[in-house]
Amino acid sequence: MTATPVVLTLAAALIVIGMAGVLARRNLMFMLVSVELVFNGAGLAFIAAGAHWAQPDGQVMFLLILSVSGAETATALALMLRLERHYGTLDVDAMRQLRD
Amino acid sequence: METDFMFAAALTLIAAVLAVTRANAVHALLYLIIALLGVAVIFASLGAPFAAVLQVIIYAGAITVLFVFVVMMLNLGPAAEARERHWQPPGSWLGPGMIGLLLFAELVLIVMHGDAAGAGGVVDAKQVGMALFGPYLIVVELASLLLLAGLVVVWHVGQGGIGERR
Repeated sequence: MTATPVVLTLAAALIVIGMAGVLARRNLMFMLVSVELVFNGAGLAFIAAGAHWAQPDGQVMFLLILSVSGAETATALALMLRLERHYGTLDVDAMRQLRD
Repeated sequence: METDFMFAAALTLIAAVLAVTRANAVHALLYLIIALLGVAVIFASLGAPFAAVLQVIIYAGAITVLFVFVVMMLNLGPAAEARERHWQPPGSWLGPGMIGLLLFAELVLIVMHGDAAGAGGVVDAKQVGMALFGPYLIVVELASLLLLAGLVVVWHVGQGGIGERR
């Protein structure tokens, strides 16, 4: 069995990579891909904790993360389609108007 | 057990970095799928086969299909790709990357010298189901409410007649 700290390190690495993507990319599509990586890192941390204590609670929380991620992806992609129709681009720098 | 975890972890990290840095949306999505599958392998090696299967079916299957459909609808052309390249000159990643690597090495050192207790055995789907429909029943209901809310939001936003268009 793999030691839990190693798995948690991998989870942290995934979260950091995703966060770097959100901060560095200026295209909404790539920012969403990075957010998915962050979700995966969080889910991996839960699974590692559940495996550490040999309890199903970690996998239950992973299921919750899965449904949150599904709802988030669907909502964000729908908003992205609207923004692309409105602005003609997915560049977040073009979207700096809070009022219409 | 240790080596296959390490192999999957290395591949997952490589795929994650490539998914974040590609300029082409479809290439990034392909690497994202690889990263998700790598995480599924790690779940399996951690004794969570139910979570691994769900990761493959829902994440690598359903959610990435949503992404691919949107890429098809948006039709990101070479212009968007060139703009992304222009925003990401290779030299700009060097400094933050080196510092981040040092910090990460330090984190690994700290974590490795901590308490590395052994893990338990396999937690199979039956145990997860018993927990889901026992003490976590409210959480299941909340998840269904969340998905319903997501459905309503997507229907509302996707209608396309709400705001003024330019």
